[in-house]
Amino acid sequence: MTSAAELAARATEEILAGLETAERGVVVDSPPGAGKSTLVVAAAYRLAGAGEPVMVVAQTNEQVDDLTSRLAGARPQLRIGRLAASDYVPSPRIARHPNVTVAVSAADLAGCPVVTGTAHKWALVRDAFWPWAIVDEAYQMRSDLLLRVAGRFGRALFVGDPGQLDPFSAVQTERWTGLTWDPMQSAVAVLLRHNPDIGVRRLSVSWRLPEPAAELVSEAFYPFTGFRSGSRAEQRRMAFTAASFGKNACDLTLEMAARTGWALHELPARHTVRTDEGAVTACAALAARLLQRGPVIYSERAVAGAPVTADRVAVGTAHRDQAQAIRARLRADGLAGVTVDTANSLQGREFDVVIVLHPLSGRRDATAFHLEAGRLCVLTSRHRHACIVVARAGIPGLLDAHPSAEPVHLNVPVKFPDGWEANQAVMARLQPWKVRAP
Amino acid sequence: MSTLIALARALAVERGAAQPCCAVRHVHISDRPLVFVPLALAGEAGAPLAAMVGDRPQAARLLTVPEPRDRDQRFAFAAELAAIVLDYIGRYLSREETVNVREPRVRFADAPQLLLPNPAGLAFTRLLGRSTRFRRTEGPYAVPENVPLLGRWLTFFAERAEVPPSSLTLPVTQALALHWATGQSPLEDLNLGALLGWIDPPPGLTGAQAAARAEDPVRCPPAGPATDPTFDNEVLELRLLAVRTARATGDGRAMRRAKDALAQALATQLTPAWTLMWRAVELLRTLPPGAHVSSRWDADKDAFTWHAGQIRDGGPPQPRRDSAVSAARRLAGLEKTQAEYAVQRAFDDPLMMAEYRMTGEAFAGTVTAAEPDRVDATGRRRVLRPRVIVETDDVVLAVPGTVLTSPARPSQQARVVSVTSAGNRTAVLLELKGGMGRALTPEPGSVPETGEAVCYATFGDGFQRLPDFPAPEDTPWTHGGPPAPYVPADDDAREAWS
Repeated sequence: MTSAAELAARATEEILAGLETAERGVVVDSPPGAGKSTLVVAAAYRLAGAGEPVMVVAQTNEQVDDLTSRLAGARPQLRIGRLAASDYVPSPRIARHPNVTVAVSAADLAGCPVVTGTAHKWALVRDAFWPWAIVDEAYQMRSDLLLRVAGRFGRALFVGDPGQLDPFSAVQTERWTGLTWDPMQSAVAVLLRHNPDIGVRRLSVSWRLPEPAAELVSEAFYPFTGFRSGSRAEQRRMAFTAASFGKNACDLTLEMAARTGWALHELPARHTVRTDEGAVTACAALAARLLQRGPVIYSERAVAGAPVTADRVAVGTAHRDQAQAIRARLRADGLAGVTVDTANSLQGREFDVVIVLHPLSGRRDATAFHLEAGRLCVLTSRHRHACIVVARAGIPGLLDAHPSAEPVHLNVPVKFPDGWEANQAVMARLQPWKVRAP
Repeated sequence: MSTLIALARALAVERGAAQPCCAVRHVHISDRPLVFVPLALAGEAGAPLAAMVGDRPQAARLLTVPEPRDRDQRFAFAAELAAIVLDYIGRYLSREETVNVREPRVRFADAPQLLLPNPAGLAFTRLLGRSTRFRRTEGPYAVPENVPLLGRWLTFFAERAEVPPSSLTLPVTQALALHWATGQSPLEDLNLGALLGWIDPPPGLTGAQAAARAEDPVRCPPAGPATDPTFDNEVLELRLLAVRTARATGDGRAMRRAKDALAQALATQLTPAWTLMWRAVELLRTLPPGAHVSSRWDADKDAFTWHAGQIRDGGPPQPRRDSAVSAARRLAGLEKTQAEYAVQRAFDDPLMMAEYRMTGEAFAGTVTAAEPDRVDATGRRRVLRPRVIVETDDVVLAVPGTVLTSPARPSQQARVVSVTSAGNRTAVLLELKGGMGRALTPEPGSVPETGEAVCYATFGDGFQRLPDFPAPEDTPWTHGGPPAPYVPADDDAREAWS
């Protein structure tokens, strides 16, 4: 059997070689943590090396900075332009690279073989043309934004994770449902409907997710395009330096998570408001207890072990008010360093341990928003070591009571997996790792 | 549903009457709105059966279709409706006003307003517009001259209803439900009779009782476009049969009698809804309008002027589908106006602002200290930067550096300098910028004084530019390339499934 590393290297090489023969472009689907950024960096070198200037499009300034510093760090002789708004202040990781030029106007970056910027910034560039574009996180980009950017490039490499949250709009309308250029769809969906001959390639090894996580996430959210973990189960380990005191539910949950990589911290069934006091307290208490017990992780990156610090722990929620409530609780405990955010904001980020407040916890109904497969997928695929799901009991029953009843529209391609089914699959798989909390 | 609305609904149940959830009216109500209550034939998509239409309560016009499955009669109905609607619109096409002093432009001084009972009535209007606007007035299956014109106006009204802040076309149940919370579900609020029962119960009845009465289709026939199935089976079927028989036998007198009987039966179904519609208009008029209502109505007047110009200049009817560029542009416009609408409502209405205070996006409190003449001399130029301290019991999520706006002084920016909490009370130190005149001393009233009750929100109603999109002829390959130009054809009116 070929090793994961060989498999991944071969896939990357094939994609890069395919770029030269692509007529219009290539789409690369990547599961969580499958080395998407590495591919973007490699592709940018390959294209720039062949003498073709490249524009790199990412969705947020954070993502652009991340890509820019990786590009600049790996090839100090390559000149990189960073296109930014006038109020942009280069972060330290950009400022330390002498080969990065920051400019407001694309004309000031004429000599740079690689120019990076957010999609919104690129949409403001006029009268310039790049033979190649690399669009990162293309599934998070809305197609109307691609419409504004697409005139700037000839061919493009689109990279993204199809299992994550779709872009959304606060405007509720079915006016464009079924149109091939529906502006509310993702950039890739619209691109592929107009250019069905564009090849879709896949990365199939997740370097982030540990083996048990890769299995669950792959099965529940990528039923037809499975992937595997790049690490073996014995390579990833979490241990605590402080012993537990007595047998409270938090400690049991943490130990379950350390041992298996998963834990379902189940609170008693109850219908609650969104900012459920019990669930908020449990999330904050788990994060606090985790850090108190001095967790140490062992992985292929840190064979001798490394401590888990607050900035490597995240709490993910569905709604902003839930995140605010948990954040306030953690701040009161002096743990402001723990990241607490919604699924939308956690997209594309990576942590050692993630605590998830289940979107359906304590609800009376299962709406399309709460059932969305992408939301649960983002929340359960951010971690390198362990993921703890906090939920009120009764979610499988709630799902059974609310079968998926979304209308089916003409000319709308069916999207897999169905949110209802993915939620059922995750709950079913989590059962062996359940810890009942009082 | 927000927590406050949930509370208002619970109170409505407890008190037996709908609870106001707005302090002001957020929609414009015209002096002479055109009320349109359509009925459709069950089982035949988009087939008009009857309509009651008019711009005054006592001037109801009843239109009926004696044989709704007959396409010719359908277009005869459309022609009759067109005469009324176009006459109504025509009254707004004469008076003009000049706006914008710097770049003067002329628009109509007022705009028509179409009131429908419910969202389903709006959907029916859209369908009627879609099925008539592409019809040819000559050649085979020609329709009367004014039918395609009616189709274009109805389409305009229906499309305008998609724009959140627009009042040009209002489903009345929606307008009422925006201002009152009832003790029933949002689905039940779609029943105009039940909704008005909660808001304005007849003497001696509670809201719940009045709503329950309104659910009896005999006492309160549904406000369309779907009719009561029992009426369909027991009354309508026989009357339609009588018309059909009279037509088959060619008996003129029997035909007249049958048509009269049909019209009478349909009037019994439409008149209660008609009365309810005008009762709803009266109720909405009792609320004082919000501060931004007139500026939003101005946008409606602009849209009306633009569309009237399109028709006058012989432009093509609205396309059946948006092109890639127009869809994206429209979405951007909708997103912008929806965001503005939410901010304007919060700024106009303390009850709306309360929702944001609940979530910590806004706070209200009292100014406990003010330094109105504070000048910042650290920069290149000395600038006026007064500081005030606001104490509040609300949740404050703003952190130092956040820029806040106060509804009382929307042109002024307030930057949070520090936030200090003691128990439930939070003191926020704010530094003010702008909206105070040009001198180094603020104009009177431009800086909040000690003791003043103020409210600050993390959002402002500043102007947002619409993004640029490529011209339709520059549609990129990712979106299917440039669309083919529109050429009128006989098949325009044909649907993909017809």
